[in-house]
Amino acid sequence: MNKNKEQLLNKRYKAEQRFRLYGQSAIFMALLFLTIFIFKIFSTGYSAFQKTWLIVPVTFDAELMMLEQNPSKEDIQDADYYDIALKSMADLDLNANEDQENELKRMVSYFFEKEIKNELLNDPSLIGKTKEVYLTASDDLDQVFKGNYPRDLPEDQRRVSDYQLKIFDQLVANGKVESKFNISFFTNADSREAELAGIASSFMGSIFSILVCLMIAFPVAVLAAIYLEEFAPKNRFTDFIEVNINNLAAVPSIVFGLLGLGVLLAIFQLPRSTPLVGGITLSLMTLPTIIIAARASLKAVPPSIREAALAMGASRMQTTMHHTVPLSMPGTLSGTIIGLAQALGETAPLILIGMVAFVNTIPGSPMDPAASLPVQIYIWAESAERGFVEKVSACIMVLLGFLITMNLFAQIIRHKFEKKWS
Amino acid sequence: MNLILFTFIVLLGFTSYYFGRKKAYTIQSTKKRLTALPQFYGYYLSIWCAIPAFIIFSLWAIFEPTIVKLLILSDYSNQGYLDDELNLIYEKTKALSRGQFTGEITPFIEASAEKYLSLRSIAQSSKVVIVLSAIIASVAYAYKRISSNSRTREPVEKFLNAVLFTASLAAILTTVGIVFSLIFQTIDFFKVIPLFDFVFGTHWYPAKAFVRDSSEALDPTMYSDTFGAVPIFAGTFFIAFIAMCVAIPIGLMSGIYLAEYASYKVRQYAKPLIEILAGIPTVVYGFFAALTVGPFLKELGTSMGLEVSAESALAAGGVMGIMIIPFISSLSDDVITSVPQSLRDGSYAMGATKSETIKRVIFPAALPGIVGSILLGVSRAIGETMIVVMASGLAANLTLNPLESTSTITAQIVVILIGDQAFGDPKTQAAFALGMSLFLVTLCLNIVALRVVKKYREKYE
Repeated sequence: MNKNKEQLLNKRYKAEQRFRLYGQSAIFMALLFLTIFIFKIFSTGYSAFQKTWLIVPVTFDAELMMLEQNPSKEDIQDADYYDIALKSMADLDLNANEDQENELKRMVSYFFEKEIKNELLNDPSLIGKTKEVYLTASDDLDQVFKGNYPRDLPEDQRRVSDYQLKIFDQLVANGKVESKFNISFFTNADSREAELAGIASSFMGSIFSILVCLMIAFPVAVLAAIYLEEFAPKNRFTDFIEVNINNLAAVPSIVFGLLGLGVLLAIFQLPRSTPLVGGITLSLMTLPTIIIAARASLKAVPPSIREAALAMGASRMQTTMHHTVPLSMPGTLSGTIIGLAQALGETAPLILIGMVAFVNTIPGSPMDPAASLPVQIYIWAESAERGFVEKVSACIMVLLGFLITMNLFAQIIRHKFEKKWS
Repeated sequence: MNLILFTFIVLLGFTSYYFGRKKAYTIQSTKKRLTALPQFYGYYLSIWCAIPAFIIFSLWAIFEPTIVKLLILSDYSNQGYLDDELNLIYEKTKALSRGQFTGEITPFIEASAEKYLSLRSIAQSSKVVIVLSAIIASVAYAYKRISSNSRTREPVEKFLNAVLFTASLAAILTTVGIVFSLIFQTIDFFKVIPLFDFVFGTHWYPAKAFVRDSSEALDPTMYSDTFGAVPIFAGTFFIAFIAMCVAIPIGLMSGIYLAEYASYKVRQYAKPLIEILAGIPTVVYGFFAALTVGPFLKELGTSMGLEVSAESALAAGGVMGIMIIPFISSLSDDVITSVPQSLRDGSYAMGATKSETIKRVIFPAALPGIVGSILLGVSRAIGETMIVVMASGLAANLTLNPLESTSTITAQIVVILIGDQAFGDPKTQAAFALGMSLFLVTLCLNIVALRVVKKYREKYE
């Protein structure tokens, strides 16, 4: 009898331990996913911050550039650089036939003409001389140099030919290939060529959309929260508003995209693909988040503050505007920042209102067509070229960096400025 | 011009605040008692200055184009043009008046362009005059009221109250906007495609219904058997089911562990770390699923002799499950911590172990809240877009094999609407009909979930 009891007890203790273990492993799993995730993104993305350059000797032959004696700045501006650019690439292998010359040309980006031109514009005295110029390597060679490209594939499955690899290896051996920090990733707009594509346009698009979103969502949400928390009578109608807000917070984001498409674009005829429309759509989406946060922080202001103000003869509006609202601001602001961070990461509604258009100029105002960072991730992730994989990861790193900063900022505001009552 | 007028109104509004306040001080200096604080005199005056002007200004901006268009097109009214042709004429007129017209210029259009320009300039100048006189009239009225020292605080506060109330309507307006934007397209869609075919048809192939020219007569037989949404609904629920298979055990167990077992330190670090998973943009999950998880599963399947599609439902659903873990874990954590301590104490006093207490006492007590959190998770899984667009297939297969590719409501909406859309095309309308069904399904889930959670909260508070 006693033994039975002990067995039972042991069994129960074992069950207890097992249950505990399930809990621990669940937490472990969740954190494992997070780690794999971050590791994967960083390990594929970090190389995008480096860019491979080929150092190629260029002879600035005045005749080939169709330049006269003592050319002016404008002449240099308008000169023909294609021939010397082509020639300097072809000179990498003096025995090259025509096909091979073409392959040589494709070892650098199609931007090479402009890079040579900029070199001369910086130093016009180079005419007639030879100088080693840094040219952006094509994205395939860039990937080869970073070790992301399998060299052992059969030639017909590779985008880099054996010949290009041979010349490239010679250049590497001579120290004519260099890897430098990739500034153009931050300053260039999107491009079809992976080696030239940058995030500047989508970054500006994101900034503009978030600003528009902030300018609409913040005032409306704060005013609505003040009304609902401080002035609204308790009746059916305010209950209805409340149910509405809670529901909107859980409506799938793509439905807001349909709203933007069906109302903003189709009825109000606002310009397609612009951060203006994107921002308005996002603001409708963020509105409930901010209202809920603002109401929570208004509720947290103790009633004694209001009573004291009312006792001193302030009207209800004065009590609210002079005392309750300023005291609730830290909570409201941190809620707003978290809502904006959500909006910043949103993709689906922006795709529907056309912010997936290919934009190769940097937008200067919210009325110009633009993409946004998450949409840029989507666009690049859908393209087949190998060079875009690391770009996507790098873009994700930039986006996550922003989101983390915004969330930290929200935390700081909350901890530093929020008054602790009690 | 509009911008200048706008800034002018704003500036006048600000300056009138100071005039109002100054007037209050002068009244005060005559030893009269003020009826409100001096700044209310200022607010009063600036509200009267700016608001009527703004109302006229915006009404004008809304109605001017329509009225100008009516006046221009009245010249063509008895010549038997169709509506579309009239619109074209109007567009040509506008383009010509802006100097951007490149086609053949007919004298008719030239005449209307001139008329258009003169109408616009008349409209502009009359707008300025009307707005300015409105400002003068209303400021004069308000100034007179201030001078006679009548009440200013009450009207100002009433106005503010009205502004607050209007802002609180924004949520309702958004909901109305959603329903409004979905319903008309959906109704049009069901005029062409019978509701029965949509709900019970098993073939989804919208690309077949591509209409090149909208003037082409719509042939209903063309669309039969193209818009059967069963595979899409099935795919949506299937992927959501896979996601919940991942999210419920992990999310629930970590919620329980955090609430009941974890020490303060573990809780302090683990909880925010898990919540990071909720803050990662979904497009990032999509990329992760498409680039890492999909190929990994495919390789794993091949090594076991299974045929796995690179865009399998399993990859999309699994990654979606990871995304939903924090929703379930935080909500169930909250729910469990709000179960009163007395229930636990009672159970311990009867000699139950911790896990027995959790399983037999706390879990049943917290069940409604947990169900609510799971329903919210399901609603999120159904509405999730980017993961499925990037990691799951875009062809709608009717299958229950998690290794094959399926498609979902959200993915189809994106596929249909990603390029340029022609409104009035059944394919576009189909996307709105899908959106409508998505909205309705998630709305029901949300309402039920929120109600359950609310009921539960009230029970223990």
